Formats: sequence, structure tokens, C-alpha cells
Amino acid sequence: MHTDTLISLNNVTKRFPVGEGEFTALSGINLSFKAGEFAGLVGPSGSGKTTLLNIIGSLDSPTEGEAVVLGKRISELSHKESAMLRNKHIGFIFQVYNLLPVYTVYENVEFALLLQNVPAAERKKAVMDALEWVGLAGLANKRPDKLSGGEGQRVAIARAMVKRPQILLADEPSANLDAENTYAILETMKQLNKELNTTFLFSTHDEKVMKYLDRIVHLRDGKVESDEIIDPEKYSL
Amino acid sequence: MKLAFQLAYKNLVGAGLRTWLNVGVLAFSFIIILFYNGLIDGWDEQARRDTIAWEYGHGQLLHEKYDPYDPFTLDDGHGPLSKEQRKNLVPILIRQAAIYPQGRMFSVMLKGVQSDQTTLELPTDAFGESDAALPIIMGSQMADAAKLKEGDEVTLRWRDKHGTFDAAAVTVVKVFKTNVPTVDNGQIWMPIEKLWEMTGLTDHATLCVANEAFESKEVAGWTFAAQESLLKTLNDIIATKKASGSIMYLLLLAIALLAIFDTQVLSVFRRQKEIGTYIALGMTRTQVVGLFTVEGSMYSVFAMVIGCVFGIPFLSYLAHTGIPMHSGSQDMGIAVAERIFPVFGLQLIVGTVLLVVISATIVSFLPARKIAKMNPVDALKGKLV
Repeated sequence: MHTDTLISLNNVTKRFPVGEGEFTALSGINLSFKAGEFAGLVGPSGSGKTTLLNIIGSLDSPTEGEAVVLGKRISELSHKESAMLRNKHIGFIFQVYNLLPVYTVYENVEFALLLQNVPAAERKKAVMDALEWVGLAGLANKRPDKLSGGEGQRVAIARAMVKRPQILLADEPSANLDAENTYAILETMKQLNKELNTTFLFSTHDEKVMKYLDRIVHLRDGKVESDEIIDPEKYSL
Repeated sequence: MKLAFQLAYKNLVGAGLRTWLNVGVLAFSFIIILFYNGLIDGWDEQARRDTIAWEYGHGQLLHEKYDPYDPFTLDDGHGPLSKEQRKNLVPILIRQAAIYPQGRMFSVMLKGVQSDQTTLELPTDAFGESDAALPIIMGSQMADAAKLKEGDEVTLRWRDKHGTFDAAAVTVVKVFKTNVPTVDNGQIWMPIEKLWEMTGLTDHATLCVANEAFESKEVAGWTFAAQESLLKTLNDIIATKKASGSIMYLLLLAIALLAIFDTQVLSVFRRQKEIGTYIALGMTRTQVVGLFTVEGSMYSVFAMVIGCVFGIPFLSYLAHTGIPMHSGSQDMGIAVAERIFPVFGLQLIVGTVLLVVISATIVSFLPARKIAKMNPVDALKGKLV
């Protein structure tokens, strides 16, 4: 069911200062995403995919236009409010996993819940459940440097999912993975999307990822080139 | 805050050798600061104790014309005191004199003191135990300087109350050891009754040392100097020593803090992705600044623990056995024992802990403030700030 609009982008423009001039990374983006979508921002490097994800994730704000995520105007949020939004409702998966190197797999996944002051017993159950989802319960005490690329990315998925966010933003999640691992994590994410109705938004130019998406938004030079619904049946519900 | 401590602990332990190098330097500084201040405090305590025991007692009643720092006042700075007035006081008459050991003239302060006094540590009972007509006692520094030893006779020349010179042979009946140079160097002690006879200044005293039963009262022509005011000079000398010595340990502390500062600056640069990840996962910038600051101050906490491991046995050993002082230390003019026993009081320990923790926290906070200005997107990319 895609009834609730979680993300609404109205004429979003983002410019960065470059030398004495400006570089326009996003220009007049109008998009909206509803609960439970499994969508992707697709385009070549420099097309604005990551910038758009950063704005949706309240790590950045638009220069012009309005980005509303879960009812909050991103440009009006204070540092504390945007941290709260990320903490409670948004999960991130990064291209290079960004696992905290001195923490074990368990501690990395637990981190998000520590920030939410979840009680210890509840935290432990949630972490182990998340590690079960991604099939890494047996590696809970390993440190990130002992993991393969696929395992590392699955830990990142578990860390993003453990707090049951409404939105999960994945920036090039398969960039450092081989085909087998890519399919494995995509299967995992697709399953979580179904089970938890989490909205997944990818930034990718990987064909393997695109095959799994229900909706593909093509970006080029900071503009929406096309917005393609792959599974109309699902969207018609 | 609890989370910051949990995370900081994990980060520091996880950082391995880098952490332990900083902790080691800081722990060393911590122990040196404790050691040096403990030594000064021990010296202070010993000097106060010895000076009180050998010279000041519980205060001194000084003749109004006598100035302890002006030898020219000795001629007139004395006066009579009745037995009633001398109650709970040890009268001391000071005269200038000369002795002639091996034919050399040696100017001395000739001090008369009661044989039966118990207020001062001076071994005046030696006067009564000797058959010598004119017994004298002196400190070992004086005996060394004059090349005299117990049993030696030496010619003493003095002037009586009319200024007339007189001379007689005196016998060294006791050479005592003391840490207080002001009762030793250039001084000889004899029974005050003999000195009264020799000078014609019967019942006169230059000063009187009070015992603990003495109650201060107005005595015409005399001024009472309380123990604390007498110790002021000693306190001032020790305070000066402490201040000059603190430069050394503050330099050491500065090196340790510089190491922490350097580590923190490097951390903020090297751990940008980590900082970005913290922010992306929902930490506020203030929380991340707090985390890095706590990490820095936790160095000092680790340093306390490590410092305790090797510091407690080391400092306990020194407090028990003392630190030998070289023989020339008597030349400093204040009481220095052959061994000084450092004192590590609660105030010193708490003060040092606070100094180290607070300064480590400040130097950690300064570079961590940069995080508050960091763009999380740039941080995630690992771009330099």
C-alpha cells in the first residue's frame, strides 16, 4: 500500500560554491515517495543522486525549494531536530559501509539503539533479530576488519534496520560488492521492505540493483529525466 | 553522557598503542607532579616541625629592641625578666663572642639557655652531666666548621655588660645533630646562669621561647611573636621553592597535554568519516563534540589508573624510606633534614587529579569544537575541514 507520502520534494535545487562560481547539483526536482516503496535514483556520476539522498536524509538542505520528510521541512530543522529525525526514522547504508572500526559487529548494530536509550534487554533482542535477518548472528563478536565486503554491507543493513526506520537510504550499496553478494543483500533488503513496509530509496547505477527496484527515477545533470514505475500493479494498490 | 563515556572507552581501548602512549606520558607527569609536591610538602612539614622543636617553640617573647635580622641590636636588645614573668618561658640571652680553635678567630653567637629546659630539643641536659667549669654545646655544622669535637677545650672571648673583654677556656661537652641551621651554624650554647655571671646581665634575656602552657600576656618592653608569624619566613621560602619547582612539572604536563591535543587534532582529521557516520546515525554535533572531549579527558582517567599501578608502590616506598638530601643542603639556610619524607595528602592528590583531568578536558575540547562546524556530508566523504 502506498497511501502515505513520506517524502515530498518540491522544486528542490541545490547549488555548491565552486571557486568563485557555483555548481548546480540539483535543479527543480519534484518528486514524492510513499511508504513501502522500493525505489531508486539512477544516473551517471555527478547526476545528483547522492546530493538528493543527503537532502532527504537531512544531512544537507536545499538551496531553493522545499524538501518535506515525514512532515518536517528539512531546511527549517535545527541540527538537533535533524539528528532526531535521522535517529528515529531514517536509516543509512553507505557505499563503503562506514562501520565503526573499533566496535564489534554487535556493537555496530547496537549503536543506533544506544542513541535511542533503548533498555538493554530490548536492545539485545533487537540487535540479534537484526543480525538474524541478515544472516550474521554467528559473527556478532567479530570486528569489521575481519569481515568480507558482503558481510560488512550486511552489517550496515542490520545497523540501518535495527531501529525499524520508516525510510532507508542506500547510497551505491553494491558498489564494492561482487554479483553474488549484491544479490544476497538485495534479497535481504527486498524481504525487509515486504516484512516491515520500510521505504527503500537507492542511489545506484548498478544494473543488478535496478532489476530489483519497483520504481526508477532517472537523474541527469541534476534534473529528473524520467520517473519509471516498474511494478504498476504494486503501485495501483 | 553515559553513552559518551561508553563510546569513548571503546574508542580509546580500540585505538591501541596511540592511546597507551598518551596515557603513559600523562601518567608519568601525574606521578612527577605528585612526587614533587609531596617532596615539598614533606620538606615543609619537616622544616616546620624541626624549626618549632629546635627554635620557635610555641612562640617567642622578644625584647622590643631586639631584631632577629639585625645583629647590631644584640648589644641593647635584652632586658631583665623576673621568675614570675619567665613562667612557661625558656629565656635565651644572646651575646656576640669569638672562639679561637687552633689559634684562629671564629666569630660566634654565644647563647645562654637553661640547663633544665625541655621546651626545645637542644640537648641542654649535657651541661649538668659535665664537670667542666664552662660547658658549651654546639651543632655538628658548627663543630665541623670550627674543627671541634666533644671534649675539646677552646678559648672563648666575650664582653661583659660594660663592654669589657674577658676570656676563658670553655669545654665542648656535646656536639648535637640538628636539621635547623639557625641553631647550629656559627652558634655555641652554654648554661644561661654561667652567661649571666660572665656578662653581669643576671636575669637578662634577649628572647624567651614559650612552651605549650604559656599564655600570652602583655609584658612591658617585650613583644610576643606567635608561632605562625615566626614561621612566615620559612613559609615564604617554601612557597618560592614550590613556585619555581612547578615550572618543571608544568612543562612536563604541557608535553603530555600537547600529546593529547595533537592526538585530538589528528583524530578530528583522520576520523571524519566516523564523525560523519555518527551524525548520520543520529548523533547531534554537540554529542559528537562531547564524545571527543570525553575521549580526551578519559586519557587522564586512564593515566590515573596506570599512575596508581606504578605510582602507589613508588610513592609509598619514598614516603616510607625518605629521600636523602645532599650535605650541602644545609647551606640553604632553612631546616633541611638528611632525609626528607614526602607527604602525599588528600588535598595534594585531589588537587593534582583535578589539574590533570581539567587540563586534559580543555585541550581535548579545543580541537573537538571543529566538529560543530563540520558539514556532515563532507565529513562522510572524508574531505578535509
